[in-house]
Amino acid sequence: MVRELKITPIKNGTVIDHIGNGLALEVLRIIGVRELDRDSTVSVALHVRSQKIGWKDIVKVENMELSPRKVNAIALIAPTATIAIIRDFKVQEKRAVDLPDRIGGVLRCPNSSCITNQHEPVESEFEVARRRPVVLRCAYCERLVDEFLPNLA
Amino acid sequence: MGLKGRDLISIRDLSREEIEEILKASRRMIPYAEGQKAGHQLDDRLLVMAFFEPSTRTRLSFETAAQRLGARCVTIADPTASSMRKGESLHDTVRMLSSYGDAIILRHPNEGSGRLAAMASDKPVINAGDGAGQHPSQTLLDLATMQEAFGTLSGLRVVLLGDLKYGRTVHSLAHALAVFGAELVLSSPPTLGLPEEVREHLDQMGAKVTEVDQLHRAVRDADVLYVTRIQKERFGDEAEYSKVAGSYRIDNAVLAGGKPRMIVMHPLPRTGEIAPEVDGTTHAAYFRQAFLGVPVRMALLSLILTGKAV
Repeated sequence: MVRELKITPIKNGTVIDHIGNGLALEVLRIIGVRELDRDSTVSVALHVRSQKIGWKDIVKVENMELSPRKVNAIALIAPTATIAIIRDFKVQEKRAVDLPDRIGGVLRCPNSSCITNQHEPVESEFEVARRRPVVLRCAYCERLVDEFLPNLA
Repeated sequence: MGLKGRDLISIRDLSREEIEEILKASRRMIPYAEGQKAGHQLDDRLLVMAFFEPSTRTRLSFETAAQRLGARCVTIADPTASSMRKGESLHDTVRMLSSYGDAIILRHPNEGSGRLAAMASDKPVINAGDGAGQHPSQTLLDLATMQEAFGTLSGLRVVLLGDLKYGRTVHSLAHALAVFGAELVLSSPPTLGLPEEVREHLDQMGAKVTEVDQLHRAVRDADVLYVTRIQKERFGDEAEYSKVAGSYRIDNAVLAGGKPRMIVMHPLPRTGEIAPEVDGTTHAAYFRQAFLGVPVRMALLSLILTGKAV
């Protein structure tokens, strides 16, 4: 599958595939491209044919593996994504993103009056209220959230 | 799991069995709340009343409950005098207060502050209202009022009337009533309906919920008429407010179309939603409801601090 692509394979790093069409730039934002090693190449493919989801985006990042927090953020905005860890051009591990029952620090609570938005020394935290489609509940103010992009921390 | 040492932040923290335990203990607290018996369950305990937002009824009923059981209280009743004005976080304030007293009763203007306080405190925290969020002891006293009047909650037909969108008490009450299998009838102005997510949550719980737009139809088969305040600030202009508020006003003529045993409840303060002429009828339960706040809070404090009620 990697060979079909117009972007080059990577030796070591992470391939995030099956990203919903048009969401690759958001995924890049979550990864934090600016913080990457200067020698890392980041390849992005937008609007690629996919048998699984119609059209998809792909992001490949050299010399980087994602933290669990970043995986959670990707799971929220691109629930169809798969993550493959590449070592020496070979897929070492491939899995679908999966949302844990509680998610800390990934989103800001959209309720401006929520205590987590008042300069308190705490991190936001959400529980999964529903999985399909995903709805989260703020663990503090209990506000339900089903829009994640505008609320990414 | 017992209630001893627990926090009470949201009514969702309590199982049906735990709510039943609190209601049962509340009934046994009534003679103590009326001053017929002297309570010593909380002798030598010190409670911190941390009220960072003005409140008369809730603070006084917690203080009354504590003192009727022999506890002493230290109180922050004026948020402007507090160190939080100097920029101290709620987290740090609560952490400090928890080293002073045996439990903290917290009222605060921000939603989620109760949960944060519970994390910061190593003593139990009771949420006495966090902004537009949760106020679980209010829900418990609402349930106690209905149970006292009818002997049960299951199968009661409860009309929730007025501002179902912003009314803090209504969402928690609807959840609790659904837990007990009561039937909910919603009656509100179109712009003040129950939020979609609350309605969805009730549906997921399998609650029986209907909507009735005309007051007289809502009243007809009701066991409980739960009236909430419609706030002027929710409306763009005065005329619209007056029209809507007027169409939800409860008086004896409205109640004449209801069942003889129907009760009228209101979290108080009322501002014209219920005519004073209703006070003298057997339907009026709102002052009893306010009184029951004391035995319910006595039961809560006693169960949380000592693990037993009487």
